[in-house]
Amino acid sequence: MPITYTSQDQVEVYRFSAPVAIAIPLVALFLQAFLPLRLHFFSLFDLPLLVVIFFAVARRSPVAGLLTGSLIGLLQDSLTHQPIGMYGIAKTVVGFGASSLGAKLDVDNVGARFLVTLFFYAVHEVVYFTVARGLVKLSLQWSWGHEIGGALLNAATAAVLFTLLDRFKQRA
Amino acid sequence: MENLMSRYRNVTILVAILFVQVLGLAVQVKRRAGADESTRVIRLWTVSAVTPFEKAIVWCQNGLGSLWSNYIYLRGVRQENRDLKFEIEQLRLEQVRLSDDAQQARRLQALLGFKEQYIAKTVAAQVIGSSGSEQSRSVYIDKGSSAGVEKDMAVITADGLVGRVLRAYGSSSQVLLINDQSSGVGVIMDKSRLQGVIKGTAAGEVILEKVMTDEQVAPGDLIVTSGGDQIFPKGITVGTVMKVSPGADLFLNIRVKPSANLSRLEEVLVITRKEDRAPSVADTNSVRAVDILTQRLPSVPDKPAADSNQPVTETPAKPAAAQKQVPAARKAAQETPKLAPTSTPSQPAPSETGTSEDKPH
Repeated sequence: MPITYTSQDQVEVYRFSAPVAIAIPLVALFLQAFLPLRLHFFSLFDLPLLVVIFFAVARRSPVAGLLTGSLIGLLQDSLTHQPIGMYGIAKTVVGFGASSLGAKLDVDNVGARFLVTLFFYAVHEVVYFTVARGLVKLSLQWSWGHEIGGALLNAATAAVLFTLLDRFKQRA
Repeated sequence: MENLMSRYRNVTILVAILFVQVLGLAVQVKRRAGADESTRVIRLWTVSAVTPFEKAIVWCQNGLGSLWSNYIYLRGVRQENRDLKFEIEQLRLEQVRLSDDAQQARRLQALLGFKEQYIAKTVAAQVIGSSGSEQSRSVYIDKGSSAGVEKDMAVITADGLVGRVLRAYGSSSQVLLINDQSSGVGVIMDKSRLQGVIKGTAAGEVILEKVMTDEQVAPGDLIVTSGGDQIFPKGITVGTVMKVSPGADLFLNIRVKPSANLSRLEEVLVITRKEDRAPSVADTNSVRAVDILTQRLPSVPDKPAADSNQPVTETPAKPAAAQKQVPAARKAAQETPKLAPTSTPSQPAPSETGTSEDKPH
């Protein structure tokens, strides 16, 4: 079982330098906006979501997690033509949840990261669809195949991406 | 109380942040028309942060691509040149035929006092980015208000309609594609002249709405803009009918294949100026297309005696052989509008009528 329960003292808390904390979300947003033009299937990925989960789990602070999620979500919203706040709300919830989970569980191995991303991708999609349909009255269609495929793809990507991003971690 | 607050501090902050965002969303949804202005600053910041990188990458990509295709990889160019020359010859013949039809249509329109919209000016732009979301089908182009691009201008490619400008920033613009579920385009069927509305679906497909079930629509039918929405000039190709099925209520479910490849957009044209003008009739002395065709095409057998009674007035200086061919060709030209009516006389090809200001970098 990759996820192990640890006491508060055993869990390592990390921080990031300011340039890294700014550049990584911006690069994720840039890639998310640019790559689907060249690689159409790339719209299945949600790189900003993966960055939110990574920062939230590493910092292990619910407030920092929800603020990071909120900010990245709002920036992602502002690139679309939809009202601003839909991704913001979904990623705020994910940031809070992932950091709360990170504070309780050791999720620094590949298997745990895969499962955590799988779970929070689902949470993100449910919240986003609820907001989009309930508040904004968008007529979105829920497709199980699409969502499961997206969750698996993003979870697999997270397992690799988080290993690369680990290089930027600094012990708090 | 203080203890309680500190205990639930994280949850309190979460609820507060969510509340603010929900409130902001509600305000934007409530005044949808003004929402654009209230969120313009944050959108501008994000676009300004992201688009310079996109522009730089597209610029490098085009530079390398140009270097490779123009200076290094020249295999097959001679053959391609020969093929293109042959194609030009074919197109010239086609152009001669079409210009005759167009002249005739213009004369009729002038008689009716009919005014049509022409594309007077276009700006070429490069697609540099997308919204990055499947729920928002829009792209960013590298031309903004500084290049004369404004909100609600039509965006096209050589293949057909792409969408309209949703927001114009200083040096970039956001274009809403026709397959987004919030877009709508007034269209007309090329053959049957049925009117309808093109809309996008949540899955990114394009459908034609508001066509009654008792109408005849077949796969392959061409759809062009009707000009009724005052955004898109009349006659721009939108797509072809893919599938027709009876829908709910009294309307057909019509799936449309867009003419422009919306998932592979690279260069587009923004129509920055349209002109309303009545067609002129200053072509009465011009050479008829059929006359040019008779000179170019191989000779045809002599006409029967009955046809030789028709007068030949416009080609007195022609050789005898050519004069014999004229009545037959003219008769064919007179029959042409009946067989194939000029269904989209006002459709202006961008390359012909528009004056592209600049080329994409």
